[in-house]
Order: sequence, then C-alpha cells, then structure tokens
Amino acid sequence: MAQVNEELLRSIIRDVIAETQKVDKPISFNDAGQSATATAEAPQETKPGAEAEKHVDWFKHVGVAKQGYSRDEVIVAVAPAFAEVLDHNLTGISHKEILRQVIAGIEEEGLKARVIKVYRTSDVSFCGSEGDHLSGSGIAVAIQSKGTTIIHQKDQEPLSNLELFPQAPVLDGDTYRAIGKNAAQYAKGMSPSPVPTVNDQMARVQYQALSALMHIKETKQVVVGKPAEEIEVNFN
Amino acid sequence: MEGPNDPKPSIKIENGKITEMDSKSVKDFDLIDLYIAKYGIKLENAEKVMAMDSTKIANMLCDPNVPREDIIALTTAMTPAKAEEVISKLNFAEMIMATQKMRPRRTPATQCHVTNIRDNPVQIAADAADAALRGFPEQETTTAVARYAPLNAISLLVGAQTGRPGVISQCSVEEAAELNLGMRGFTGYAETISVYGTDKVFTDGDDTPWSKGFLASCYASRGLKMRFTSGSGSEVMMGYTEGKSMLYLESRCIFITKASGVQGLQNGGVSCIGIPGSVPGGIRSVLGENLLCMMMDLECASANDQAFSHSDMRRTERLLGQFIAGTDYISSGYSSTPNYDNTFAGSNTDGLDYDDYYVMERDLAINGGIHPVTEEEIIKGRNKAAKALQGVFEDLGLPKITDEEVEAATYANTSKDMPERNMVEDMKAAQDLMDRGITAVDVVKALYNHGFKDVAQAVLDLQKQKVCGDFLQTSAIFDENWNVISAVNDANDYRGPGTGYRLQEDKDEWERIKNIPFAIDPQHMEL
Repeated sequence: MAQVNEELLRSIIRDVIAETQKVDKPISFNDAGQSATATAEAPQETKPGAEAEKHVDWFKHVGVAKQGYSRDEVIVAVAPAFAEVLDHNLTGISHKEILRQVIAGIEEEGLKARVIKVYRTSDVSFCGSEGDHLSGSGIAVAIQSKGTTIIHQKDQEPLSNLELFPQAPVLDGDTYRAIGKNAAQYAKGMSPSPVPTVNDQMARVQYQALSALMHIKETKQVVVGKPAEEIEVNFN
Repeated sequence: MEGPNDPKPSIKIENGKITEMDSKSVKDFDLIDLYIAKYGIKLENAEKVMAMDSTKIANMLCDPNVPREDIIALTTAMTPAKAEEVISKLNFAEMIMATQKMRPRRTPATQCHVTNIRDNPVQIAADAADAALRGFPEQETTTAVARYAPLNAISLLVGAQTGRPGVISQCSVEEAAELNLGMRGFTGYAETISVYGTDKVFTDGDDTPWSKGFLASCYASRGLKMRFTSGSGSEVMMGYTEGKSMLYLESRCIFITKASGVQGLQNGGVSCIGIPGSVPGGIRSVLGENLLCMMMDLECASANDQAFSHSDMRRTERLLGQFIAGTDYISSGYSSTPNYDNTFAGSNTDGLDYDDYYVMERDLAINGGIHPVTEEEIIKGRNKAAKALQGVFEDLGLPKITDEEVEAATYANTSKDMPERNMVEDMKAAQDLMDRGITAVDVVKALYNHGFKDVAQAVLDLQKQKVCGDFLQTSAIFDENWNVISAVNDANDYRGPGTGYRLQEDKDEWERIKNIPFAIDPQHMEL
C-alpha cells in the first residue's frame, strides 16, 4: 500500500483549505425542471473546476449508452472522472487494470460486460442504479475513480445494494475480479456467496483526506442531466 | 470554523416572517434556509438575541452561574451563522465547561457498535449481551452484506435484552429497510437519518429537509425513538461545500434537526472525522459542534465512533473533550468487539480498550458510561444469549444454529473463532422472514416456547414502551426496570461545584467503576 508521507499530507491539507475558499455555484431548482424537458440538448459545457477529459486510447466513447435487452450482459458503470481525468484508485491500481479484472470476472462466467460512463452523479449507488436500468440483465457494477465499488440490481432502492465494497483501500486485483464474477452470477439468477468482506479499520485514518480530494475532483466532473455514454475498452 | 466565506449573522423579521437571515434575503434562500427560517428559529426574541454580543453569550455558556434554561431561551432564537459565531469564541477548555452544563440529560451515557465481518448472528447475540452487561444503554449494528439486515437486527435485539432488559437497539441500513425493521419491532430506535449542510448534498442523495422530516415523523408514528445524524466533513467528502466552513455547514444541520422537531442528533465529525482531523483546530471545532447541538436543547450522541488515528495519544485526545465533560452518549459507537470485526470500518475505541477505559474512569472519577464486569458474568450472559437466539432461529424456521456455534460464540473474541455459516442460506432465510411478515411478536413467542421467559418479557416490554412513547422525550434511555431516564425527569441541573451529576453520589456505579477486577488489595500483596 502507498505510504502517506509528510509532504503528501501537507499538500492534502493545503488543498482542503484551498477548497473551502472556493465558492461553488449554488444550484437552482428551477432549471432542474427545464433540463427534464430539454431533449437532445444535454448540457455539454464544462462546469467551473471541471477538467477537460484526456484522450485515452484504450477507453473510447461510442455515443450515448443505449438500453440493453440482452439477458447475458452486465453493465460496468464508471464514475465521471474515471480513466480520463483520474487514472488510478486510492491505492494506485490503474483504472485500466480495475476494469480489466472486473470484465475478466464477468467473462469467466460466460457473460458479456458493457462499460458505460455516468455523468449525472458521482455517487457510487446512484451510478449503480443508472447502470442497472440500462443493463439487459438488470445487474450493474459501479466503480468510482477512487475505487469504491458496488453491485446493484434494478429492483433495489438506489441506496441499497447486492454487495457494497465501501473500503477502496482493501480492494486488490483479485477482489475486483471476484466482484465481476459475482455480478455475472447474479445476472444468471444464481445466489453466490458474497465476496468476503475485508476490514481495515485504519483505512480511513490513512486515506480519508486523500479520498475526499479524489471525490471532490470526481464531483466537479458531474454534468447535470447528461446521459451516460457507451465506452469501448481495448486492453490489447 | 470562522470560514472566510461564512455569512455574517443577521435577521430581519417582517409580519412574523423571516425576510432576511445571515446576510441573505428571502428571495435568495435555498431549500435549507427556507426550512430553517420557517421552522427552526423562535422569532419572539430573535432580533434581541441577534443584537447581543456573541462573546457575551459565549461567556454565559461556560459560566456555571447562568442556568441552562436561560441559555436555551437565547440559543433557540439565533440563526445558524450566529450560533457558529458564539461557538467560535470558546477555547477547548471553555467548551468542556459549557458541555458539562448544556448536555440535556444529567447522567452521562455511551453507545456501542455490535458487528462482525461475517454477519454471524450467534456472535452478534453473544456480543450484544456482553455489551449490555457492561452498561451500554443503546446498541447499534449494521451489516457486512446488506441482505443480512433482518437477522442482525433480531440477533442484536435478543442478545441485548438477554444481557440487560431496557437496552435499546438499532440496525443501521438503507433508510426504507431500516424503517421497515423498526415497524416490525426488531429495533427500538434509529439514528442514521443523515442531514447535510448544503442543498446539493441533500439532492444528490434524492433527499430534501422535508423528506427527512417526513421520515422522522414515520418513526414517531410507530413510537420509535430516533435522532438525525450529521457531522463536519460530510459535505467535503461528498464534494459540495459551497466554500463554507465545516462548522457553519454543521450549524445548518443542527438547525434542520431542531426545525424538524427531532429530539436529538448524532454529530461530531462521525464517519468523516478524518477531514476535520486533518485541519488546524479541527478537533476543537468538532467539540464545538457537539456543544452547538446541546445548546439547541437536542440530545447529542457525540461521535468518537470511527477510527481516527494510528496514534494512541491522538485517539485519546479525540475522546478527551466529550469524556471529561460527559455527554448524552460520549461515544455514538464504542466498538464492543475488537475493531477487526467492526463493520462501521473501525471505531476510535474498541473491545480491547475496555480495561484502559475503565481505569480512565476510575482515575478521574468520571462516569464514561460503562463499568467492569466479571469474566463469569460475561461468559454466562454470552452463553444465554447464544442459546436464546438458537431457540428463536429454530421457532422462526431459520437456518439451524448448532450447539457448536453456541459454544464458540460464548468464548469468541472475533468472528475468526466462529464456525463458518452458509451465508447464502442465511440471506435467503432473511428475505423469506420478511416475506412471511414475521414481527417481534413472533420473536417473543419463540423465546417463550424455548423457556426464555425473562427475555421474552423484555422484548415484549420494549414493544409496550413504543405504545406509551415516553422514551420519545429528549435523551431518553431505560434502566433495567424500563423506567425512562431522560432530559425531562433527569434534567441536567449543573450550576457549578456541588451540583449536577457527581459519580461519587451515584454510589452503585462508582462502586462498580472502583472495583476493576485487576485491582490488587494491598492486604493480600506478597511483599
């Protein structure tokens, strides 16, 4: 695991203090109604604080994510900063490796993975909920840039879950693969044993400030009303 | 605290309505401002109080000669920014003085977590009995896997009532599921109904102050105790701070709670403690937010419930303010198990700290809410709880609890000591139990059928208490005879030396704390 050294800690404190001095734009509830009626013109402009997405050759946008009808697909829904603004999770596992493992887990069960990128929210549960509604099997795995992951099913309340992995620092490649495998089993109508919970009570102590900074960055990428996009991944 | 973008306190009242609050005119109010302005501030005195010097009010807060009720009359007529300004005038020691006077209940207490990473029900029951014997009047569980929730709630209920009748228990899960467990009688209270200091964080979770208020009234309608949860750092963690200081945002949360008519709040960083913990003065500000909650006349469960530091000195530092002053619940989640099994991701203090904690209470003559128990009593209580749950599982048609599991749970330190259960079977049974409409009445019958008449009576008594509802009063807990101890009949009357709660005058508890099992009698020392 990455060691948090003093220099990093200082920079985190500096950034947190800097954050509190920036003023976010207050939201207006009037335009929430408008964006529901606005049709194809989803807002595309970047918000203050949002970064332009970097072009990443293995992670290609291929249009708005469509409703799936194939029973043998599992959606992998990634949060707004994934791969193109941030490129690794809290402990330094690359987003490419995380996706590769989750997809491999799904494919090991003989199912197909479809990757989408969510823009409306940075919340892992709501990403999962958006994903499972597009998923032909009704099952989605959602992953935040910091690595927090959830398995979600269409008929569940947004803030409920089939399995939740709230402590990103304890997740490794094998866990991500096991998550993909379990998600695929749920999609097949099976009842797998949950991926064993690993608990590190010191994860918060070591990573909470860093986690906040990553999540703030991710949240700045949220675009209200923008539909999820279909992503083609290429690991070769 | 004292953020550069925090608004300046102000109020304007026209025709009995607030038209300006904290430098914002009514046309610019967001949802939270609207809610607070409409329900959260007593208008009669508001203009007078807002014109008072904040330093003077701060002075009154820590002056033992000014009675608590005089201060409540002022604080409940303030705006969120004014309350923040008052708190910011106090140093850490003054906050301790003020907290000692402002906590609503005279007798301090503390709450525990009872969880394990395998969601093993037998272990939950044994650990709950264990914690009840140590004196925790409230116990909280959650799940490692969400679908286990009904089993965890029932296991905690049975274990806690076996340990000591009168303990109330909760199961922290998704809000609709949590309410359902309460309505079935599996829990006695709820706490994790979260409120936030910016609109964006509320709406990001599909909520508004009104929806939380509605949820609160759902609990009240079933006679279930409840409090809200908030805490510095949550808006930072969720990415929407609007550039305001953590204490100002927390002040808004406290006012939302007051405005909702909810009796109490869990606050003090809570699960976001790492954020205030990483900025200068952060832990002072966290005690300040507890105090702000109490000065609004709300029950305060004062956090100290999450792993905070690798340093034993710093985690003691984190605990100090609330421990010395005494709060309604010094910790809102002392991990009764070793942190290895704490599925709230670890607490500031855990089962392995019990002996040190008892000695701190004994050294300083402070009631920290728990007391030592002999090993024999603990083993007896754990075994009875495991057996009682075995009977309940059998009667309710849940997957069998073997004698081997009962034996293991009696002596288990962590879930590593427990035989594996078939988790898939357990989760299917949990869903089936909900589908069959099982309620606490079935649990009472099951306990009775297996000869656990006293535990059956205790679970039934808890349900009766929901009908009479006295424990919905501020800061309510029960003693072992189901007498309510609350801010109504045990109101904090601290007015300086010689007044208020004194451990030495609470003779039974002081005896228990003095008699730590490992004390050595000098009469019997080999010299």
